[in-house]
Amino acid sequence: MTWILSLPILLPFITAAATLMLRNRKGAGWISVLGSAASLLAALALLGAVLREGVVATQMSGWPAPYGITLVSDYLSAAMVLITAIIALAVSVWAMAEVGQTSSRYGWHTLFQTLIGGVTGAFLTGDLFNLYVWFEVLLISSFGLLVVGGRRQAIDGAVKYVTLNLIATVLFLCAAGLLYGATGTLNMADLRQAVAAHPDQGLMTLIAMMLMIGFGMKAAVFPLFFWLPASYHTPHYAVSALFAGLLTKVGVYALMRMFTLIFVNDQGFTHEILLWVACLTMLTGVLGAAAQSDFRKILSFHIVSQIGYMVLGLALMTPLALMGAVFYLVHHIIVKANLFLIAGIAQRLTGSSDLYRIGGLYRSAPLLAVLFLIPAFSLAGFPPLSGFWAKFVLVKATLEPGMWLVAFIALLTGLLTIFSMTKIWAEAFWKPHPAGRQPSLALLSPRARRLLLGPVIALAAMTVLIGVWPAPFADFATTAAEQLLNPVAYLDAVFNVAGPAAPPVAPEAI
Amino acid sequence: MITISAILAGLLVTCAVWLMLSANLLRFIFGLLLLSNGVNLAIFAAGRLTPGAAPLLGAGGALPEAAMANALPQALLLTAIVIGFGLFAFVLALTMKAYRVFGHLDADRMRLAEPEKDKA
Repeated sequence: MTWILSLPILLPFITAAATLMLRNRKGAGWISVLGSAASLLAALALLGAVLREGVVATQMSGWPAPYGITLVSDYLSAAMVLITAIIALAVSVWAMAEVGQTSSRYGWHTLFQTLIGGVTGAFLTGDLFNLYVWFEVLLISSFGLLVVGGRRQAIDGAVKYVTLNLIATVLFLCAAGLLYGATGTLNMADLRQAVAAHPDQGLMTLIAMMLMIGFGMKAAVFPLFFWLPASYHTPHYAVSALFAGLLTKVGVYALMRMFTLIFVNDQGFTHEILLWVACLTMLTGVLGAAAQSDFRKILSFHIVSQIGYMVLGLALMTPLALMGAVFYLVHHIIVKANLFLIAGIAQRLTGSSDLYRIGGLYRSAPLLAVLFLIPAFSLAGFPPLSGFWAKFVLVKATLEPGMWLVAFIALLTGLLTIFSMTKIWAEAFWKPHPAGRQPSLALLSPRARRLLLGPVIALAAMTVLIGVWPAPFADFATTAAEQLLNPVAYLDAVFNVAGPAAPPVAPEAI
Repeated sequence: MITISAILAGLLVTCAVWLMLSANLLRFIFGLLLLSNGVNLAIFAAGRLTPGAAPLLGAGGALPEAAMANALPQALLLTAIVIGFGLFAFVLALTMKAYRVFGHLDADRMRLAEPEKDKA
């Protein structure tokens, strides 16, 4: 079990070391692709083990829980690890055509792989402090990726991204420390019992709120999302796609873990806040997008609005809603990364990402137009694409307890999403290029064409696949939601991995 | 001792917030540094300051007779300090780069990445 859980984390770091040593050679990009492919295989092996056994867990160095550091994977973690590996492979191939020798020399591929390692570690750890360390790993890598190869705008974006993310990190650290002081444990499975048994529930709710703000900032929910649209449109397109697909979703994952596993004793308060945060996030994100005219900035605001849907699923805490949230996570990561990659190709062909300065893509690059329509319609929730099922389930989940207003906001957000996508379509694809340029795919070299279009086609195919054949994905998400709502298997797996569980040690006894 | 630590942590956070409300980026990051140190101190205090023996086992893994100090909060702190130091080094370098690019450190005037028409 140990290897199956630790390989998806180890492989990116091994690849990072290899790319660091070969950063001056031409082959660094290929090493990164190869390492990502190996990680994908490891993620598939993990998924296979989870499908067989339900939840798999291991203790690092054999120290029993709750003393050692636990690596644990339930359905949700395994799905997130797999989707991370898929995005890593797609983006590393795509990046070969964008990331030049200069960025490679500054360690672009190394930072890329450590970011993937950090994200995977955050999905697999079962220890709160270890989660903090993984957050730091992915955070420092993302700082580097933002500024490497930096245009002047990237520095401006990075200042806002770095400073606001650091505040969130400090809050998270403080909450983790206080939680340890109050309960004497950092193991997430152990914390579930310790938090429930703590005499001062008000203090527990206070710590829960600190974690909610910390992770909410990372997930870019209302009103803590300002760093995201200020920075995501500035770095390399490959970096934007990677961040858009994965980073905010780590925050969402952490929120889901905290508020299904540990802080479930005051749901009338915490989950009510999450509910209204979700609604406001959906609305502000989509309204912010309507005001923008830059390809990537519109997409950035849409990340914010889509995060709202996932938090909504968490806030409702019903099996159907959580299933919708899990489904939405997987669908959204594929679609969003793909849209940013397409924006990158569009920028290549037309020379800008400002929608008023580009155009003509439909006439001269019809293939790209079709490839754009698939994720764009999926994002807005058109049947039969993946986004339709995700939205359908979530809206159904809001209607079951009769939350008409929430359902209305979710549907309205979908409608306004179509408005933004139509805007991109009309400006970038439909109208002729204002400078009379013919932005055809033939402008790219054959090599660049293969590298740029291959990942986009593969991700679009996945969106269509989930859309026309949703049953196995929905079944998977249903099981994941059951495990989240009733984490007996999770607790069993953590405590029984290396002998019987030792009782938690109260801080007074130390 | 815990009371002193708590008050000191609060003082640090107060100063940090005051510094971070400034529009000057350099003052902001010094505030950030104070904030992370304040939080470190809070964690240290939250882990109970027990004046006991060093947490070392005797020969053959025998427990010492007196109460042992809790080593875990200190291990957490060391990790947090090292990470904080690394991040602070990066932020300082970024600030220097920002100064070279913009020629100033006024966060209100850093609008290079914003749409044209919004520029003040």
